[in-house]
Amino acid sequence: MTRHIRGGGPLVATLAATLALTACGAGGRDSSDGEAAADTPGVTDDTVTIGGTFPLTGVAAPGYSEIPTGAQAYFDYVNEQGGVHGRQIDYIVKDDGYNPTTTSTVTNELVLKDEVFATVGSLGTPTQASVADYLNDEGVPQMMVSSGSLQWGDDVENRPMTFGWQPDYESEGKIIGQWVAENMPDAKVGLFLQDDDLGEDAEKGVRQYVDDQIVAVERYTSGNTDVAPQVSGLQAKKADLVLAFNTPSYTALSQLVALKTGYKPQWFYANIGSDPALVGSLLERFSEGAVDGDSTALDGVMTTEYIPGVDNPEDPWVQLWQKVWDEHGEDGELTNYRIYGMSQAYAFVQALDAAGEDLTREGLVEAVEEGGTDWDGPQLAPFRYSADSHMGISGMRILELEGGKGKPLTDVLVTDIGDAEITTDDSGSADDAPPENGVPTS
Amino acid sequence: MRDRITAVRRNVLARHLFLALVGLLVVVVVVESISDYRNTQLASMAYLGIAAGGLTVLTGTNGQLSLGHGALMAIGAYTSALLLPDSDSSLPLSLVILAAVAVTLVVGAAVGLAAARLHGPYLAGATLALAVAVPGIALYFKETLGGEQGLRVVMPDIPVWVLDLAFFVTGQDLSRSRYTAYVGWLTLIVVFVLLANLSAGRTGRRWRAVRDDEVSAELAGIDLGRARVSAFMVSAAAAGAAGAILAFTVKLAAPSAFTLTLSLTLLAAIVLGGLGSLAGALIGAALLTFLPSVVTDVGRSAGLSDIQAAELAPLVYGLVMVAVILLAPAGIVGSLRGAVQRSATTRRTTSPTTTKGTAS
Amino acid sequence: MQQFLNTALSGLTLGMVYAAFALALVLIWRSTRIVNFAQAPMAMLTTFVALVVIDAGHSYWLGFVAALVSGLVLGAVLERVVIRPVEGKAEINAVILTLGLFIVLHGLAAVVFGNRYRSFPAPFGLEGLTVGSTTIALNGFGIFTIVSVLVVMGLLVALFRFTDVGLRMRASAFNSEVARLLGVKVGAMLTLGWALASLVGSLAGLLIAGGSLVHPSYMDSVVVFGFVAAVLGGLDSPLGAVVGGLILGLSLSFVSGYVGSQLVALAALVILMLVLTLKPGGLFAQAAERRV
Repeated sequence: MTRHIRGGGPLVATLAATLALTACGAGGRDSSDGEAAADTPGVTDDTVTIGGTFPLTGVAAPGYSEIPTGAQAYFDYVNEQGGVHGRQIDYIVKDDGYNPTTTSTVTNELVLKDEVFATVGSLGTPTQASVADYLNDEGVPQMMVSSGSLQWGDDVENRPMTFGWQPDYESEGKIIGQWVAENMPDAKVGLFLQDDDLGEDAEKGVRQYVDDQIVAVERYTSGNTDVAPQVSGLQAKKADLVLAFNTPSYTALSQLVALKTGYKPQWFYANIGSDPALVGSLLERFSEGAVDGDSTALDGVMTTEYIPGVDNPEDPWVQLWQKVWDEHGEDGELTNYRIYGMSQAYAFVQALDAAGEDLTREGLVEAVEEGGTDWDGPQLAPFRYSADSHMGISGMRILELEGGKGKPLTDVLVTDIGDAEITTDDSGSADDAPPENGVPTS
Repeated sequence: MRDRITAVRRNVLARHLFLALVGLLVVVVVVESISDYRNTQLASMAYLGIAAGGLTVLTGTNGQLSLGHGALMAIGAYTSALLLPDSDSSLPLSLVILAAVAVTLVVGAAVGLAAARLHGPYLAGATLALAVAVPGIALYFKETLGGEQGLRVVMPDIPVWVLDLAFFVTGQDLSRSRYTAYVGWLTLIVVFVLLANLSAGRTGRRWRAVRDDEVSAELAGIDLGRARVSAFMVSAAAAGAAGAILAFTVKLAAPSAFTLTLSLTLLAAIVLGGLGSLAGALIGAALLTFLPSVVTDVGRSAGLSDIQAAELAPLVYGLVMVAVILLAPAGIVGSLRGAVQRSATTRRTTSPTTTKGTAS
Repeated sequence: MQQFLNTALSGLTLGMVYAAFALALVLIWRSTRIVNFAQAPMAMLTTFVALVVIDAGHSYWLGFVAALVSGLVLGAVLERVVIRPVEGKAEINAVILTLGLFIVLHGLAAVVFGNRYRSFPAPFGLEGLTVGSTTIALNGFGIFTIVSVLVVMGLLVALFRFTDVGLRMRASAFNSEVARLLGVKVGAMLTLGWALASLVGSLAGLLIAGGSLVHPSYMDSVVVFGFVAAVLGGLDSPLGAVVGGLILGLSLSFVSGYVGSQLVALAALVILMLVLTLKPGGLFAQAAERRV
């Protein structure tokens, strides 16, 4: 009954108290680490501190939260071998729950409080978009963003510190589109798209080649797990080839709905959604329901590949990742998300190495622009890094899944955004093997 | 009689203005003495505080429960984003905030009209649906509202007179994060003065009368619908201002920032601080701003993995909510006030539940 | 035509799931006058219990029973330990308390069971039934869902209308003082209400999970739509919960299929506002009831 608002004494007292508290909290934070090499934030003679933001909690966390565990394991491995130029890599991971507001808060924390040298591998399009301008204004390298949106590297002039890593969705759409136009010219194509930059950019790429073959486009909203209306829509338009650009859980969900509605098109899942081990494990329970168990659930499905994954245990890179994970990983087994994180970490270690002993942020950017295209690494096609483009891996190959393993249907195809041609990669990126000790050196 | 009322009113107004001035001084001193990082945290606290202040008036003073204030903040944020698309737009921030408030006010009036007839869980259900529906609109109208990626907010350059003034007063250059913190806290002070005056005046008495007993309020000649709708509009306006500050702070308006979690967070803030109290709203906002990172850091230094430490934050925050309701249902401010009153007089008509311990 | 039919059928099964969830809310509302926002994570936890049992090599049905039993126990324990102190206090306290529980149970599940997707088996075939030469979007599990929700609704109606216990539960909720004077063990009734509701909630969780994927947040969208369904029907009526669930499931399915899946939540809001503008107490509100 005494809930009157008295803007009174307590209000100002609180104000003063909280503000004073934060002021105290801030005290002493600004003291520098002393012998910083040439005064670059996050760099001392024997350490380099980097950060990353990922969804560790919330709806986007399943799967994605494994990426930083892979990266961490690889950094630990490198540190054990003596680090890079004698510097140990200290990797700070923050949770943003896939909420751009939180991303902005925790990125501030990374830059201003933890004073990181760079952010590495931070995940998500809307999340990283919220901090891209800030990081560039502050001159903090936004390295190897975990997202295939075009904005990670297509605008070097305005975002000189931002670098992509994985192939962009438009290039993937183009490569898939051209293959379909050449090999399945009579197919009635249906598009199953996640309703964000993933679906949008990919559609742009696909339409360059098969615009007139497309009979249906269905979009689902991430978070809405009932995709029956969308799959029914594709079925009604009699699409017999579905090009799907979605996350892995939606691969499983779309397969389950197709089973329910008796829809049997040829499925073509983009790389992001096709992880055969993961989707297979998601579908394995349903064997009683006549989906075949384990990883064979996706037999006959087509997809693409730009780094080797767990389905390829003989690949020398995967063997390295397995070793790293066994020695430094947390609980749980090696997954493709973790391999993704490790592959990214590998590329960043290459960048650190190339930037030389006197580590500066500008030096890092320069080193990547100069040498990035020639780096050996797990990626099947080379990076596009140059002074004009900061886009990541340039291509991929198309596979058909069989018994949970990918059977290549093409060579590695490379391209770029816009009307760049699609060509066969002749750089030999797909055939290299990791160095003996598993740490790149120039 | 009339003279006395105006005298009292003037008195109240003068007191609020004085407090605002003191608050302003504190803000200047603190903002100037802390790091850029703490200033961005302060800006976040400001927008949570503004929205929570508006909500506490609605829920505490008028008795309407809203689970959808995050959606109203989204409207304020998107309005600001549409007005600040690139660096060429030279609209002053004060006008942007006013526009955000105006648009949200209109939406709030519509929602309030619909909500005025609803009670208890029915109102909760309607506002809950509002909270999840609004982000979808941004996804559907991709062309104008930017879809999942959202709209970028480009902050105009700091006006020269502000820079001069800041330098004159403090003797140091004004950084961007300080500027944002100032904008946020100035807005908060203005909003709080307005809210405090409204609640202390006749409007506030009507709101409380409606909350306490509808039948008597109606007998006393109060239009129930009007009281309810006006409370909702005032509260929505505050949420709109909060949305604008959020847009300035985050420099982005995206659907994933306005999930149901945000609405529930605001509700948690006002309950933790103490329902119906502006000071409580501010304390709640402070808790929500600072608690998660503190808990995560503690978890990490206790040897938990990043993922476990991240899960710890919501866990602790949920436990605090449960604990406050069970041990100090009047919230932090209410319990403190109760303790002060008890020690001042031995006999006081506080309900026995509020006497149980103080805040954690 | 087939698209129309399939959209309708998938909306029907979805609506039944919302209905199951709404039934649990109605049960708690009738017995304690509290809206339980923690219903979803409670159901999620019990589904994970079932998953643990099934993972240990036991049959689906053993897991099913384990989930229902743990739901019953969880509901009773939570009511006794956490909810009891706020019963009869200000409405908002209970709301905040269940929201707090929501967050706690969520975090707990993420820590204990891990925040990743897992598949949850279904006891019946997942392939759609064939009528003539076409396959329709209704499978064995869908039929199981529909039947079990209807049975639960029937049981609840019977409980409240024809049994002594049901009457006592309602009396305890409406006026505990009077009920106590009449010799009703109010405390026991409240506990029983929560336990039963939690059991029905667990069933809803199992029905959503069956033949699909689970993770700590998998019930979150159901919280909103299940609650909207319950409010739509009028929180007091089991029949209303089922009708509300069906209306919502069907219309949302059509909106998603023919307009755009982004607008599903907006459609729910519009439907809810339309209904509540005409009938502020929901479709099946008892006209006599006027609480101040």
